[in-house]
Amino acid sequence: MIRSHVLVCGGTGCTSSGSKAIREKLAEELKAKGLDEEVKIVQTGCFGLCEHGPIMIVYPEGTFYSRVTVEDVPEIVSEHLLKGRIVERLAYTDTGDKEEEKKPAAEISLSDTAFYKKQNRVALRNCGVINPESIDEYIAMDGYFALNKVLTEMTPDDVIKTMLDSGLRGRGGGGFPTGRKWQFAKASVSDKKYVVCNADEGDPGAFMDRSVLEGDPHVVLEAMAIAGYAIGADEGWIYVRAEYPIAVKRLNIAIEQAHEYGLLGKNIFGTDFSFDIHLRLGAGAFVCGEETALLTSVEGNRGEPRPRPPFPAVKGLWGQPTIVNNVETWANIPQIILKGADWFASMGTEGSKGTKVFAVTGKIKNTGLVEIPMGTTLREIVEEIGGGVPNGKKFKAAQTGGPSGGCIPASLIDTPIDYDNLTKMGCMMGSGGLIVMDEDTCMVDMAKFFLEFTVDESCGKCSPCRIGTMRLLEILKKITDGKGEMEDLDKLEELANYIKSASLCALGQTAPNPVLSTLRFFRDEYIAHIVEKRCPAGVCKNLLQYTIDEDKCKGCKLCMKNCPGNAISINAAGEVKEGKKLPYLVIDQSKCVKCGACMDNCKFGAIFKK
Amino acid sequence: MKSLAELQAIKNKMADKVAIRTSSGNTRIVVGMATCGIAAGARPVLNAFVEGISEAGLGDDVIVTQTGCIGICQYEPVVEVFEKDREKTTYVKMTADKAKEVIEKHIKGGSPVTEYTIGAAQL
Repeated sequence: MIRSHVLVCGGTGCTSSGSKAIREKLAEELKAKGLDEEVKIVQTGCFGLCEHGPIMIVYPEGTFYSRVTVEDVPEIVSEHLLKGRIVERLAYTDTGDKEEEKKPAAEISLSDTAFYKKQNRVALRNCGVINPESIDEYIAMDGYFALNKVLTEMTPDDVIKTMLDSGLRGRGGGGFPTGRKWQFAKASVSDKKYVVCNADEGDPGAFMDRSVLEGDPHVVLEAMAIAGYAIGADEGWIYVRAEYPIAVKRLNIAIEQAHEYGLLGKNIFGTDFSFDIHLRLGAGAFVCGEETALLTSVEGNRGEPRPRPPFPAVKGLWGQPTIVNNVETWANIPQIILKGADWFASMGTEGSKGTKVFAVTGKIKNTGLVEIPMGTTLREIVEEIGGGVPNGKKFKAAQTGGPSGGCIPASLIDTPIDYDNLTKMGCMMGSGGLIVMDEDTCMVDMAKFFLEFTVDESCGKCSPCRIGTMRLLEILKKITDGKGEMEDLDKLEELANYIKSASLCALGQTAPNPVLSTLRFFRDEYIAHIVEKRCPAGVCKNLLQYTIDEDKCKGCKLCMKNCPGNAISINAAGEVKEGKKLPYLVIDQSKCVKCGACMDNCKFGAIFKK
Repeated sequence: MKSLAELQAIKNKMADKVAIRTSSGNTRIVVGMATCGIAAGARPVLNAFVEGISEAGLGDDVIVTQTGCIGICQYEPVVEVFEKDREKTTYVKMTADKAKEVIEKHIKGGSPVTEYTIGAAQL
């Protein structure tokens, strides 16, 4: 008889920090203590708090253990599972309360912690709760009931009306109303139609879709079948990156299980409706996240976009009407069917209903995955859920939408986040990557980083994107090298606007966004680079100078030994400062490679950069 | 899969197995499982509670868990029942049979089995 479940995260984050070894050790220890009949080990998807992984939750107590190591496992088994004493030192109890008001670990549940308190999990509802490799557990959480409902109780028009009423908008970046997309595809007349899942998540620092696929793969299959019924398609394709091996494996398992149960295949639930799903692995080109490039790649051709219209809803995969939706969009759909459009529309803001998943990374304490109602402010995400910026640094800005988006400066931290507010700020929702930056981040350098990415990833089909982004990058490099001129700023803006209006697909149309938004909010930093030849954040190497404070230097030569460029020497006159035994050292700026090794090695804080 | 009934059957079969993760925990049955408790026979008591609650289909509301020594080793196995808005009940010198009775009368019936409580043991 099972009396306890131990959930161990099997998402990519925790797997890379060793959760597989933990599961194996756990199984071994339970057997040794004779508890293997009483305690069940469950491998789950991502819990979201990746920063504190590997993560383990013990039910029924709901104790949340973070940063578990293999060495901790025997203690958890003998103390908690055998004797019922919570291992306090491993329990995650950050509730955001003051230290003295803190309750003991036994009384703190997951939903009390600051990280989870403000979250509302819709798309991620099963992630970290069920075993993603078990269809039975998915069914236990009402899985496939939505598919049954649409097939037996609803007409295709009812389904589309529900999607329209819910106000669900595409979670992949564009924010196009999902119901409208389905409406167009249904209206297109054809014998053959397709449903496609876009799982080509390519933004640096984004892992929302991966977590859904790894933690709850069946929800995507169910939702795609629902869409198939709504638009009259009998075939689905999931385009997923080959770099997501765990997601691919679990999708394959899920498809196989769904076939076994007859939830995919012919005559589902005894109706006339048949639906099948295939996987197509992508090679990881960023442009394949753009829907027309994605479809071209599914067809087996080189992943390049084509002009729209015709939109895929009219002419998509193999020339047939096709809908393409993003993983997170799919993950919302079964619950909208079961709980109703009104339930979904009750969350969020006027123009943006429901919740949004964000992958929060960068200079933040709780790196991880959060799902919040639309309209939550950036402050709540960064300071409360994210735990703030580490090391006492100041929050400077957050980048949303990755290389296609823009930054939100600290002055706008109280803006509620939804599609329309972000667009107003010159950002975009994007797929949900949120990169937090502190005072040590140079905004020009950041824009340069994203431009380097888009230059690499531009497919080269159209010249505004292929050549234009390269020229943008060259100007940015010129500025960070200290060779910029004031007129470069006007050139940047002019060129950026040309690229936006002339590029073929969204990759090029959004590529200049990081430049435009940093120019808008952090123009003074650009000017500092150009006029004062200075990088205020101290990042751009060519504008930095390491110097030794003559009065603090004790002449120990530790810096000299560690300098790879032999740039440090005793001062030319051999002068010894008062109270010191040895002559002070100096840096020859012409030889300095600006690696910072001297500063790292100085024990007296005598070296500084400016 | 031909019908909703089949799907529902799988859900019901699994409900028990996942309830442990989703239980409200409004009622907590805590079994003392320190060395003294285990030596006095707490394990069969714990198992009896786990099985009994599951059989009674009360898993959505009741969780069975364990704790360390509470200091009255002489009276082990000790079982405490915490309920919302009610004072806790402490049962002493429990056995598997007594556990079944507690589920029947206290957890389902709502009235504690006073003869097994610590008050009746005359400390």
